[in-house]
Amino acid sequence: MNYFLRRLLQGVLLLIGVSFLTFLFSTLAPGNYLDEMRLNPQISSATLAALRSQYQLDRPLPIRYARWMNSIAHGELGYSFAYNSAVAPLLWVRARNTLLLTITATLLAWGLALPLGIWSAERRGGLPDRALSWATSTLLVIPDLVLGLGLLILTARSAWFPTGGLVSVAFENLSPLRKLSDLLMHMALPVTALVLSALPILIRHIRAAMVEVLGAPHLRAAAAHGIPHRKLLYGYALRAAANPLIALFGFSVGTLLSGSLLVEIIMSWPGIGPLLLEAILARDLYVVIGGVLFSTVFLVAGNFLADLLLYWADPRIRTTAGAR
Amino acid sequence: MRQRRQILGWLLVLGALHVLVACAGFFAPYDPVQQDREHPYLPPMRVHVADERGHLHLPPFFYAVRVREGSVNQFDEDTGKAFPLGFLTTGARYRLLGFLPCRLHLFGTEGARLYLLGSDGFGRDQFSRILYGGQVSLLSGLLGAGCTLFMGAIIGAVAGFYGGWRDVLLMRLAELFLALPWLYLLFALRAFLPLAVSPLKAFLVVIVVLATVGWARPARLVRAVVLSAKERDFVRAARGFGASNGYLLRRHIAPETSSVLLTQAAILIPQFVLAEMTLSFLGLGIPEPAPSWGNLLASLQQYSVLVSYWWMYLPAVAIVPFFVGYQGFANALNLHVAADKIEEKRGVPS
Repeated sequence: MNYFLRRLLQGVLLLIGVSFLTFLFSTLAPGNYLDEMRLNPQISSATLAALRSQYQLDRPLPIRYARWMNSIAHGELGYSFAYNSAVAPLLWVRARNTLLLTITATLLAWGLALPLGIWSAERRGGLPDRALSWATSTLLVIPDLVLGLGLLILTARSAWFPTGGLVSVAFENLSPLRKLSDLLMHMALPVTALVLSALPILIRHIRAAMVEVLGAPHLRAAAAHGIPHRKLLYGYALRAAANPLIALFGFSVGTLLSGSLLVEIIMSWPGIGPLLLEAILARDLYVVIGGVLFSTVFLVAGNFLADLLLYWADPRIRTTAGAR
Repeated sequence: MRQRRQILGWLLVLGALHVLVACAGFFAPYDPVQQDREHPYLPPMRVHVADERGHLHLPPFFYAVRVREGSVNQFDEDTGKAFPLGFLTTGARYRLLGFLPCRLHLFGTEGARLYLLGSDGFGRDQFSRILYGGQVSLLSGLLGAGCTLFMGAIIGAVAGFYGGWRDVLLMRLAELFLALPWLYLLFALRAFLPLAVSPLKAFLVVIVVLATVGWARPARLVRAVVLSAKERDFVRAARGFGASNGYLLRRHIAPETSSVLLTQAAILIPQFVLAEMTLSFLGLGIPEPAPSWGNLLASLQQYSVLVSYWWMYLPAVAIVPFFVGYQGFANALNLHVAADKIEEKRGVPS
């Protein structure tokens, strides 16, 4: 139990560090949202001054930070100037869409990469292995931006899938089943882009880890005992190779989050990505900080999940964690 | 030995690609910002060696295009108007490598403009813009990586060499930077720098952002190398002879970090080029009319362009060789380092 508490504490400290860092950067920003309003002759300078003090833009950094922490405690996460509302509800709607995309892509990418990586490790040097290695190298050198735009053009010309948005216009009038299929159709394109960008690294690491394990003496002994091939691969070898792969899982959450940011903007998926871009262009300070913080929370959660998996998969951690 | 040849091969490929971009003025037939409002969104034009009757022509030629009858955006070749291609001709003024005034072009045309990769919404030549755009994108990648490695090396060396509270403070800070997904970090940093600025300032902003984003990983790697290097016998011996800290760092420890820094450079440069592209694509980087690989793709954000003018995607295809080059170079370097390590373990001098 101690192990988890320590991990959780580390995560919280990280969050506080990131929030402080982004706040510090934000003070370096030249200009703020009110500067745009100042150009509007219909808004008097008295109103501007009132707004300044209302949003506490005239206070020094530590006080603003404390106020902001206080607003987190109230579940608000600061105030969006552009949307004229608290940041948290704004962020939550978008975060749901982003999570829908990223979690699906994570599951799908791992679901594809595990069998492919194991398969290619098993037939090391064979034709499938070499073909797969070519495919991963090719995917690896194609940047996310190029891949996303390419997919988009392909779909726009072929009209296989809808090319943007979360659901169709007539979504509200559809039956529940049609609603689901409509959502899935809209998800297909961004999820494909994300999976394709994450896949090569995953396959390579899984293959490397499995190749190392498959040569180990205990597996040869197990094979000599007549344990079925499939059970040997998925039950014994994968278990032994799990440790680095679980660390990779935590890492893959981060890359998918980054990838999702760009893919969402390219494919106009109403997630955090477009919101963050708008907020940057409008100098909507707290939304930017909130977006960055969201990504950290999700990353910390992903790493915590990896820790849980590791605890379950690797008995050595249990004993050392218990001993401490 | 085989690895060394591989590294050289990839370096040659990269060198050729960079020369192509560095001397963009020579290889590009036109000025990248010169507009031709009569011909927006022209599809790529073909260069012919044989005419309709099958006669070969030695300087290759191309046909002028005209709008297809009954359409507004479909084009046909006007076989009545052929224009020969001139080689090593004089054309638009440019500055070779940024300072040598020059007018010589590898090829050029007179009478009509040849759009090898099509033209954009303002009738600017995409081929020229891709070459010139590479100057901005590659330079920001190179400078960004240079700055970031410089910062990373100094921070890593200080943390590793002096240890103590400096080490703890710097490495905790590095962890913070590593913890964030990098694109979010990039956005966050960009968000807090000025937005609407001139191309030159925007270029500097992009470099500052890139340098700040990437320092943490090289810093950690350099720190690890420095930690092991400062306990080596020759360093202790030098210290015993009364060498100062600065001298030790410069003479004995800095050279040890070179292979780590080189490998990191091979990884960081393409990543930073991509970061610049992403920023410019989203309108947060280099603004129009200056071309960069990112803002060449920006028009694809409009659905109509995406559907109708597929050649606006060509810049994306054109840059892939650069990424292939850097990837191959990084792989070859890694293999080389791994082979060195194995040899060290066996005690064979390389």
